[in-house]
Amino acid sequence: MRTAAGPIVIPNFGKGNACVTGNHAFCWGWVRQHWGDTLQPALVQHVELTAIAVGIGFTLAFALALVAHRYGRIEHPINIVSALLYTIPSLALFQLLIPFTGLTETTIEIALVSYTLVILFPNVVAGLRSAPEDVLEAARGMGLTRRQILLRVELPLAIPAIVGGLRIAVVSTISIATVAAFLGDYGLGDPIFRALDDPTPFKTEIYSAGALAVALALVCDAGLVLLRRVLAPWAGRRLA
Amino acid sequence: MSGEIVFDRVSKRYEGRSGDALHELSLEIPGGAFCVLVGPSGGGKTTALKMVNRLIDFDAGDIRIDGRSVRDLSPVELRRGIGYVIQQVGLFPHMTIGENVGTVPRLLGWDKRRIRQRCEELIELVGLEQGDLRRYPAQLSGGQRQRVGLARALAADPPVLLMDEPFGALDPITRFRLQTELRRLHREVAKTVVFVTHDIDEAISMGDRIAILRQGGVLAQYDTPDAILAHPADDFVAQFIGEDRALRRLALKTLGDVKLEPGSDGERGSRVPPETTLRNAVSLMIETGTPQVIVVDGERELGVFKLEDAGGLL
Repeated sequence: MRTAAGPIVIPNFGKGNACVTGNHAFCWGWVRQHWGDTLQPALVQHVELTAIAVGIGFTLAFALALVAHRYGRIEHPINIVSALLYTIPSLALFQLLIPFTGLTETTIEIALVSYTLVILFPNVVAGLRSAPEDVLEAARGMGLTRRQILLRVELPLAIPAIVGGLRIAVVSTISIATVAAFLGDYGLGDPIFRALDDPTPFKTEIYSAGALAVALALVCDAGLVLLRRVLAPWAGRRLA
Repeated sequence: MSGEIVFDRVSKRYEGRSGDALHELSLEIPGGAFCVLVGPSGGGKTTALKMVNRLIDFDAGDIRIDGRSVRDLSPVELRRGIGYVIQQVGLFPHMTIGENVGTVPRLLGWDKRRIRQRCEELIELVGLEQGDLRRYPAQLSGGQRQRVGLARALAADPPVLLMDEPFGALDPITRFRLQTELRRLHREVAKTVVFVTHDIDEAISMGDRIAILRQGGVLAQYDTPDAILAHPADDFVAQFIGEDRALRRLALKTLGDVKLEPGSDGERGSRVPPETTLRNAVSLMIETGTPQVIVVDGERELGVFKLEDAGGLL
C-alpha cells in the first residue's frame, strides 16, 4: 500500500513521445522501452505467485481428496469449509489476514491457496469417484489389492477431472493474483495499480499488463489441455 | 489342477433382509464341466457365483476348489487364479486392449515378452485381430469388448472361469455368435466354467450341467439339460423350463445323432443336412405338410427321418 508518507510517485511516462504524453490508447514504444524494467519483472512475479499458489493448493487438495476418498465422511465438512472460504471477497480476505501475516507475500499466497483448494478438492474427489462400478468390480474380481485399484485404476481415470480442475484453478488464480498488488508491489496487478494511482491513468500501462495476464492464462490453459492429452490419451474430448 | 468345484451346504443371508439369499446349497461341479446356474431373480445365482472368488462371503458351509477351501487363500491370491467375466465387461478404459488382457499376468509378475506372447495368442483365440491390442476399449463394439473380457479372464490360464450373465447386454445376433464361440472355446481349453444366466434357452444351449435355483436360494434341480427337460423335478422346474420342453429337447440333438430309416426312391420331403437339429426338422415337416425329411450329405442320401420317430426319441 502506498501512503502519503511513502516515496513520491512519478508518473511512469518514460521518454515523452507524442503517444505517451498524449496518453493515447496504446503505445508500442512504451511497451518496448519498459518491458525490461516494468512488465517482465511483473510477469515473472505473477507466474511465481500463481505457481506457488496452485502448487500448494493442489498438493493439499490432492492429499485431502485421497483421505476423503478413503473415509467418505470427511468430504462434506471439507466442502462446506472451502465453500465458505470462497464466498469471502479476495480484498476482504486479504484484510482479514493482514493482522496475522502482515503486508507480505505470505498473506497473498494464503488467500490464493484457499481459492485453489476450493476449486481443486471437489474436482479431485469427483475424479477419483469417476471409475465406473463395473470397472471396479472387474478389478476386484481379478485380484487387484485396494492400493493397486487406487494407483492403477482410480487415479489414472481421475486425470481428466483433475486436469479440468487445474485449468479452472490456474486461470482464476492468475486473475485473482492481479488484485494481490493491492498488498504490495507483486505481479501484473502492480503496473495496473500504479497507473491507476495517477489522476490521469496511463492507458498503455493498464492495457499491456492486463493483456499479459490474459495471455498468461491462455498459455497455461493450452498447456494443461496438452498435458491431459499426454497423460490421458484414452480420454475423448467429451471427458475433459 | 482339474478345477473341480464343490459347494458344501453353503448359506448366505444379507443383512436387513428376511429369508436366505442362498439356502444350504450343495453342488458338485466336475473339473472341466460347463455348469450353468439359472433361475428367476432372487434365486441367489449371482450370489453363489461371487462366493467362489469371495467377492461375497458366505455365512455357513464351505466351497472347495480341487478339495481346497476358498478360505484357505487370501481373497487377492484366490482371485488371481480364477477367471472372472461380468455382463458390463468392466474393461479398464485407460488401458489398451493389450494392457487389459495382460492385467493378471502383470500382477503375477510374468516378464514382458511372455505377457506379449500370451496376449497375441489370446486375441486370436477370441477372434479379434492383432492390431486390436493397441486400441482402447472405447474404440470397440459391445461384442468385441466382451471378447476382450473373455481373453482377459483367460490370460493367466486359470482352471476355473466364472461368468456372470456375460452376454446379457448384447444384441441377439452377437449373443448367438459369442455363445457358439464360447462352446467351441470350452472344448478347446478344458476349463471348469460356472455361468450365470436368467435365460433358460441360453442355459440349455450352453451347459452340460444346469443348476436351477428358486426364490430363497434353494436348489430345485441339478442335472444335464436333457435329463431336466425329460424329468423336471417339480412343478416349479416344469414351469420354468416351459410347456414346450419336448421341442427344447429336440433342439439338443441333430439328425446326425439319431438312427435314420433307409429311404426309398421317390419319397417326398425336404432335403436337409445332418447338422440340422431335430427341432428344426420337425418344424420343416409342419411347414411343408410332409411327415418326414430326407437327410442328405451333399448329393448322397443318408436316410429318412419321420415325425413319428421324433416322439420315440424323447
